[in-house]
Amino acid sequence: MGKFDVIEAKGTERLKRGFAKMVKGGVIMDVTNAEQARVAEEAGAVSVMALHRVPADIRKAGGVARMAPIEKIQEIMDAVTIPVMAKVRIGHVAEARILEALGVDMIDESEVLTPSDPYFHIDKREFSVPFVCGNRNLGEAVRRIWEGAAMMRTKGEAGTGNIVEAVRHVRLLKDNISLIQRMTDEQVYGVAEKFAEPYLRLAFEVREISGLPKQVLENEPVYGHYTYRDIVEGLYKILLEVKKLGRLPVVNFAAGGVATPADAALMMQMGMDGVFVGSGIFKSSNPEKMARAIVEAVNHWDEPDVLAEISREIGEPMHGQEIDKLEVRLEERGV
Amino acid sequence: MVRVGVIGLQGDVGEHIEASKRALENLGISGEVIWLRKPRQLEGISAIIIPGGESTTISRLMVKNGLLEPVRKLGEEGIPIMGTCAGLIMLSKEVIGATPEQRFLELLDVKVNRNAYGRQVDSFEAPIKLAFSDEPFPGVFIRAPRIVELLSERVKPIAWLGDRVVGVEQGNLIGLEFHPELTEDTRVHEYFLKKAL
Repeated sequence: MGKFDVIEAKGTERLKRGFAKMVKGGVIMDVTNAEQARVAEEAGAVSVMALHRVPADIRKAGGVARMAPIEKIQEIMDAVTIPVMAKVRIGHVAEARILEALGVDMIDESEVLTPSDPYFHIDKREFSVPFVCGNRNLGEAVRRIWEGAAMMRTKGEAGTGNIVEAVRHVRLLKDNISLIQRMTDEQVYGVAEKFAEPYLRLAFEVREISGLPKQVLENEPVYGHYTYRDIVEGLYKILLEVKKLGRLPVVNFAAGGVATPADAALMMQMGMDGVFVGSGIFKSSNPEKMARAIVEAVNHWDEPDVLAEISREIGEPMHGQEIDKLEVRLEERGV
Repeated sequence: MVRVGVIGLQGDVGEHIEASKRALENLGISGEVIWLRKPRQLEGISAIIIPGGESTTISRLMVKNGLLEPVRKLGEEGIPIMGTCAGLIMLSKEVIGATPEQRFLELLDVKVNRNAYGRQVDSFEAPIKLAFSDEPFPGVFIRAPRIVELLSERVKPIAWLGDRVVGVEQGNLIGLEFHPELTEDTRVHEYFLKKAL
């Protein structure tokens, strides 16, 4: 076998994380049909998220929110040349396999849809398609990265047009990273043990039902074939990388509540790599203008004079909602 | 003292900045590498890199930020420019599969087919043969464009996947289908940056 033989490797970690790096500095827009997808592409979106309903409408409709209909996703894939992402329910391995077979470019395992697994997220290492997942804090982020997520985003509170939760999630993440950087490696290991606890919920519940004390065996698999110690070691490795880099080791976008160019610029000022906009574009009074303005705001986030110009005459942003008045908090799904 | 600018509107800009810094260090050249977003930053520039990313977005923002014409002019004047993936599309004379709004630098005498390799599930890694090295280079192809035709004698192949051309050089210009900036290997960046000396 020669050293130049063409042996192709697909679905590698480098290809998955690399794909996420290619959307940095960009805006990913939620779209529900081919026409909206074309508006997003023309406005300069780096990718579109194919959905049955935007989050604001998911809230209104209630009921169970599932993966979008296949013909809808296909219609959107056929309409644009930029990458197409689509959402699956948390833990829904079958929906994810279907989207992988369909050929979407990235899967969002999303709290915006109704979770399908009360205990676990998908083991994303098993897939060759890259995944993006939401997080509210460092613990959620590190767990998702260990499970194989190639990209992170804040959860924010989707469909509200209210940026406060996304800001909360960025602050919690960044402050926790600073804390990790001040710790010894031994202390970091303690954090890894704490961060691994949610993987024990199923095992503990089974013990409780069986009238046994809440403890697991050292060699007992608790998530797929992984033991609690395997998970702690895995999370510890990622935390050491976080400590060294001073940031997550994957691309991290803002999502949930971005409604104006100023919101997008705010998230970039807080160090995000880019922005997802859900309901904010197509629930505004002039989606074309809003889409363009948000793309430009992400580009000029540190230039107030340009932002002022961009923010002029873009119509009404989507109607916003206060977080305490909400019936459902999507961000609380999937820890 | 060289001044390298990575067009920093969208895409994997940071990766190219890091790779360029490492390459300069390996070459023992003092220089700075800047995140280039505005036309005035082009002053005194010795080399330009157009990163990977979404070519529709990069194209739109290069026009919007007034970078397209000045960068084209610098390319014509002989300033070294390297484009990887979306950057290759931006450099090319002819692009199959472009959106109607897309504008290009049209400097490099190649015809490329945008997203010819397919979607992300078709992205791949494979060893590449370089014209200037005996050892294989780790090729990373992500929703890559494909060089389908060399349009003049001026353009020379410098990278092959099997017997297919995946990288070209035309005087001061380099266009690659793959992403050397996503690897630890700086041979390609070193080869390019030598043009700036």
